Amino acid sequence: MTAFLTIIIVLFIAVAIWQMVKIFDLAQVGASNNQVATDKDNKINGYLMMGFLVFIYVITILSFWYLGDLPLVSNSASEHGPQIDNLMIISMVIIFIVQTFTQFLLHYFAYKYKGEKGRKALFYADNNTLEAIWTFIPVIVLAGLIIYGLFTWTSIMNIDESEDPLVIELYAQQFNWKARYGGEDNTLGMANVRLIDIDRANILGVDESDPNAQDDIITTELHLPVGRPVLFKMRSQDVLHSAYMPHFRAQMNCVPGMITQFGFTPTVTTAQMRERDEIKEKVANINALRAERKEEIEEKGQELLYEFDYLLLCNKICGKSHYNMQMKIVVETQEEYDAWIKEQKTFKNSLTN
Amino acid sequence: MSAHADTHAHDDHGHHHKETFVTKYIFSQDHKMIAKQYLITGVIVMGIIGILMSLMMRMQIAWPEEPNVIFEALLGKWAPDGVMDADIYLALVTIHGTLMVFFVLTAGLSGTFSNLLIPLQIGARDMASGFLNMISYWLFFLSCVIMILSFFVEFGPAAAGWTIYPPLSALPMAQGGSGMGMTLWLVSMAIFIASSLLGSLNYIVTVINLRTKGMSMTRLPLTIWAFFVTAIIGVVSFPVLLSAALLLIMDRSFGTSFFLSDIFIQGEVLHYQGGSPVLFEHLFWFLGHPEVYIVLLPALGITSEIIATNSRKPIFGYRAMVMSILAIAFLSTIVWGHHMFISGMNPFLGSVFTFTTLLIAIPSAVKAFNYITTLWKGNLQMNPAMLFSIGLVSTFITGGLTGIILGDSALDINVHDTYFVVAHFHLVMGISALYGVFAGIYHWFPKMFGRMMNKNLGYIHFWVTAIAAYGVFFPMHFIGMAGLPRRYYTNSNFPLFDDVANANVLITMFALLGGAVQLVFLYNFVRSIFYGKKAEQNPWKSNTLEWTAPVEHIHGNWPGEIPHVHRWAYDYSKPGHDEDFVPQNVPLYDGEEELQH
Repeated sequence: MTAFLTIIIVLFIAVAIWQMVKIFDLAQVGASNNQVATDKDNKINGYLMMGFLVFIYVITILSFWYLGDLPLVSNSASEHGPQIDNLMIISMVIIFIVQTFTQFLLHYFAYKYKGEKGRKALFYADNNTLEAIWTFIPVIVLAGLIIYGLFTWTSIMNIDESEDPLVIELYAQQFNWKARYGGEDNTLGMANVRLIDIDRANILGVDESDPNAQDDIITTELHLPVGRPVLFKMRSQDVLHSAYMPHFRAQMNCVPGMITQFGFTPTVTTAQMRERDEIKEKVANINALRAERKEEIEEKGQELLYEFDYLLLCNKICGKSHYNMQMKIVVETQEEYDAWIKEQKTFKNSLTN
Repeated sequence: MSAHADTHAHDDHGHHHKETFVTKYIFSQDHKMIAKQYLITGVIVMGIIGILMSLMMRMQIAWPEEPNVIFEALLGKWAPDGVMDADIYLALVTIHGTLMVFFVLTAGLSGTFSNLLIPLQIGARDMASGFLNMISYWLFFLSCVIMILSFFVEFGPAAAGWTIYPPLSALPMAQGGSGMGMTLWLVSMAIFIASSLLGSLNYIVTVINLRTKGMSMTRLPLTIWAFFVTAIIGVVSFPVLLSAALLLIMDRSFGTSFFLSDIFIQGEVLHYQGGSPVLFEHLFWFLGHPEVYIVLLPALGITSEIIATNSRKPIFGYRAMVMSILAIAFLSTIVWGHHMFISGMNPFLGSVFTFTTLLIAIPSAVKAFNYITTLWKGNLQMNPAMLFSIGLVSTFITGGLTGIILGDSALDINVHDTYFVVAHFHLVMGISALYGVFAGIYHWFPKMFGRMMNKNLGYIHFWVTAIAAYGVFFPMHFIGMAGLPRRYYTNSNFPLFDDVANANVLITMFALLGGAVQLVFLYNFVRSIFYGKKAEQNPWKSNTLEWTAPVEHIHGNWPGEIPHVHRWAYDYSKPGHDEDFVPQNVPLYDGEEELQH
């Protein structure tokens, strides 16, 4: 219904524009009208240029006002998160300054030098000094950003295996995620999709003869102990998927036929994150919005009340239900984690007959 | 005497080729007619289809899974009871991207303006090969027909995204669109690439061989420089996509394993062994990234010409503009990996691509500042074409700046494939290139159709479009910064994103407004072809050679001898001349110095 109403409104706007045009056209009957801009056109459009500059600034301010909590820049939950956030904020500040300044020049000049009959423009074709200035300033700024960026990238992507990271396999299939833990020995058993045996519930194709595989643990929720480095090994059984964990500033594609990897150290437990003021505010806001759509949500059989959780999302187009391919991530204390993992079945015991 | 001989020869020429309706309007070899054919097919028809698809997607995002009469009317069986199907949403994503990037902004943009302007601005009677030019258009037409036909096959058109990454695109069991729809997509694109290559070769040869006397490379208008370099990028990179498409066809139909390995789907293990989807990504983006500049450079070339003409000033820093076009072209071929930072490729490669990618910001910044300086102390004639050109510089800056976030591998980890990317590339290449197309149409309409477009309709078209474009894509950056992934049929399974739902509705409103105002343009365009005010020979008082040709189109462009060129294209408001423009064919007066470029 809302959609229908909107379409009606848009149609009305279209009709209004149509009418405005007719008025414009009628007003010009008789004037020598060769459809080339006159001084009057230059003046009106010059003012509109300044108006548009204001529009750009206003939409910038409004966007920051209403959407400015920027979850991708605040409340990161991994050790490398603040590094990315800092670089992001520095980049955004630079962008903001350059954007404000250049848009001002562009629109202000368009207004200031709007054409008038009889005036002659300045014949000004070249100035090497000026051009050198706006070549070298970007060079310097970019050199800084490149160096900072590359240090950050290298420190994130270089995984230090000597820190004894917890090894977890993220396994993607249309359209859900599984996690496989190495078990007691923290070593994943060999696996290949050719070994998948649905009848025996070997859904990940783990090699039953590999001694390392016996104590592996396959789960549908991802639990991580806080403060311990985690090394994810990603696999996919069918098409490309991407394991996107925005709160941890982590993402890596899952590619059939190869194993990809990404490592990070979670620093904030789910419980701690839920207690943060910004998160509380965000959750309250979302719940207020959900309350307005109560009937619709309950009709779909979803929980009405939203509670904050870390999430793993699929972020590479993977087919029909791509939009609903997710897994809950729980970050908890070592004790909680130990208790949870103890309850899970090992691979050996999960096989049927 | 020689002029007389030339006229005679031309008359002779006309006499021997009696034109019929078919040779004049359908299988024409005249570059001006082919340009119009590209404009109508590529920009107008494919553009309308592409925009309609984007509006349907926007309505689905704003009001997910709600019945909508428009869906019911346009999508038929894919919107039972007016509720859009998830498969067809992905098909819309895919075909919208394909149509806009390839059909509208590559073939439509280059096909229209390179064809129209290269011979006219360099002083040539026609393209080097009129026949190849005709073949190029008709191959393009065929590829359009095949792409549209794919909507009518049983399981729908290709739906793996315009990047058609395998295995999703390779396996019919992975999704409905990967069956016949994908086959048609690949066939259509293979024909499209053949068309594009024929066109590009023609442009390159024409610019190199057929320049009139005095038209040295350093006197070429920036439009021609842009079209020329664009054609070179196309010739270098499109064949790679063709090879990727052919290898994908082999994987799909002949059981090879170039891109596939170890796949278990729908309860069975497939035989594929040893291939890699990442290889496909490399091949795809080796074209895919230069493609961005194939789309953007012609628009920048058009803008350079229009801004100079309407500022009544020389373009500032002609030499730097040419150098930056060349630098962008070169760099564009060595940055493709920035689409693949998290594809599983070696992180060291990521570092290299970050470095080359961010370098592109330098020539881009030079271009932006040179445009701004061209406006400074000008005498700006605010014709619709000028407004769209200024608009292009504005969106090019806004959209381009966020590139320094996306090009940075460390930051890309987090915003990759979110709406931040969608906002970025729509502004910097989509909207900017579209503004270039509009600017070109308003500016050269008198050259194409001998009539003027209505300027007031043009003003309304520009201002509403400009507001809608920012209204759609500016807040979209922020939605991306909330971590919302692109290509989701609905976000309602993620309460996490409920607080951006209202912003999505607002964006859709702006999108519908922007779509509606294109009707004003369409009306203006069609009406002006038949009833527009008759154009003068040089309505914008421009310097380039196309305005020395008569308004009525004749085969061979100039009735007499081809004009000779004595100066660069940008002698606007030059001291020592009465008029504020001096066409390129006007000889230097005694003692006048030509600027050294």
